Amino acid sequence: MNPLSTYIKESPFLKEIGEIALFTKRFFKEIAKPKQEYAEFLNQCFWIGYKSLILVGVTGFIMGLVLTIQSRPTLVEFGAESMLPSMVSVSLIREIAPVITALICAGKIGSGIGAELGSMRVTEQIDAMEVSGTNPFKYLVVTRVMAATLMLPVLSSLANAISLYGGYLGANIRGNVSWNLYWFQVFNVLNYGDVLPSLIKTFFFGFAIGIIGCYKGYYSQKGTEGVGRSATTAVIVASLLVFIIDLIAVQITDLLGLT
Amino acid sequence: MENEPIIEVRQVNKSFGKNHVLRDFSMDVNQGENLVILGKSGSGKSVLIKCIIRLIDADSGSIKVLGNEINGLDQEPLDDLRSKIGFLFQSNALYDSMTVRQNLEFPLRIHWTKEERLKNGYSAVMEALTDVGLAHTIDMMPSELSGGMRKRIALARALILRPKVILYDEPTTGLDPVTGREISELMVSVQKKYNATSVIISHDMNCIRITSNRVIMLIEGRNYADDTFENLKKSNDPKIKEFFT
Repeated sequence: MNPLSTYIKESPFLKEIGEIALFTKRFFKEIAKPKQEYAEFLNQCFWIGYKSLILVGVTGFIMGLVLTIQSRPTLVEFGAESMLPSMVSVSLIREIAPVITALICAGKIGSGIGAELGSMRVTEQIDAMEVSGTNPFKYLVVTRVMAATLMLPVLSSLANAISLYGGYLGANIRGNVSWNLYWFQVFNVLNYGDVLPSLIKTFFFGFAIGIIGCYKGYYSQKGTEGVGRSATTAVIVASLLVFIIDLIAVQITDLLGLT
Repeated sequence: MENEPIIEVRQVNKSFGKNHVLRDFSMDVNQGENLVILGKSGSGKSVLIKCIIRLIDADSGSIKVLGNEINGLDQEPLDDLRSKIGFLFQSNALYDSMTVRQNLEFPLRIHWTKEERLKNGYSAVMEALTDVGLAHTIDMMPSELSGGMRKRIALARALILRPKVILYDEPTTGLDPVTGREISELMVSVQKKYNATSVIISHDMNCIRITSNRVIMLIEGRNYADDTFENLKKSNDPKIKEFFT
């Protein structure tokens, strides 16, 4: 066997990718089966979505405010201060708000799911579900992944809107832009090609955060140390995946001529 | 029917890497008896009962529970069969984000219809809690309970579907001798009330003495001895003797 084949066969990195792929395949298999856990899904939407509103809202507002304050001097230098609302809105909606929201959620939701399921695994709660005849994958994994997939776009849309309010405040700290002029410039420059791809990619961000958090927690080992490791690696891998998905999404929108 | 095997284990093998835990292990468990499996820590006792309920797949051999070959059983019939088996985990495995009531209602979600749950759910929960003497804890969280109370709640959850077989994984481990004896006596009383067949994994001699009708000694992955507690206690076999001294 040549060294490359040996590496492919024994690489823990490739093994992990394979296991995540199988875990994802199982998710789609389970979601296609009848009898979904709707009550638990709504419960997870509440925890993942509603309980993240304040964090995402505050972060979104600060993002808009800081970006506007930071961008202003450069635009002033080029005599393009009037372009400030347009530039800030495009930057926020297309890239910054969805990605920062996803990273915050990777931290909050990814680690939360990883730690919760990890703790359930090491205290045999998942085994207890299995012996009671409940499908723990469907009850724990499908509901959390679905909730993360559907709540991320909602949270990102909220962050988009609030960050634009932050931008308005930022534009008026040093300058003077009227409410009507600000929003006119924002909506004048934004089109569906900016909003839709950005919204669509947040579904994938949410899916990645949910599936990685669940995978890491579901197969947690080695007691409490393993739970901590599951939570940490869930955040790291989910954050990395957010950037990879973003990179792919940018290439696709570029190919489709939406940039 | 009396003395008809409820569980038949035939030549079961299970390895974890190079560690051969079960080696051609065989045993029968008869209707209504309390069988204790005794062995050293790490001898494969917990692996055996997890194979019986198929939380772990055996590498080879046959395991029949209530007439069903458990290996190769599809998910739906396996879930049906599991509804007839109660399992008490060593760590209790109570759902820590749910109240006692929700813990007990959890198995009902799958095996009872919504109408049945609405009509009889509360009374079933109360009956199981009364059987273990903890009806007053119904709205408490597991974190508010002592170790012995958690063990009783876990037992109540195992009983909620009125199982024909109850599997106990080291039910008295981590409990003080008094609470351990109470749990052992409780196991005997619920076995009588539910007319269930019990398989008990333990190395607590008091628990074994109180609960067992028969004891199997699991040594080096094999069914080394199979007799009553009193007869094994009198044995001159050094491997058996070291457990009773």
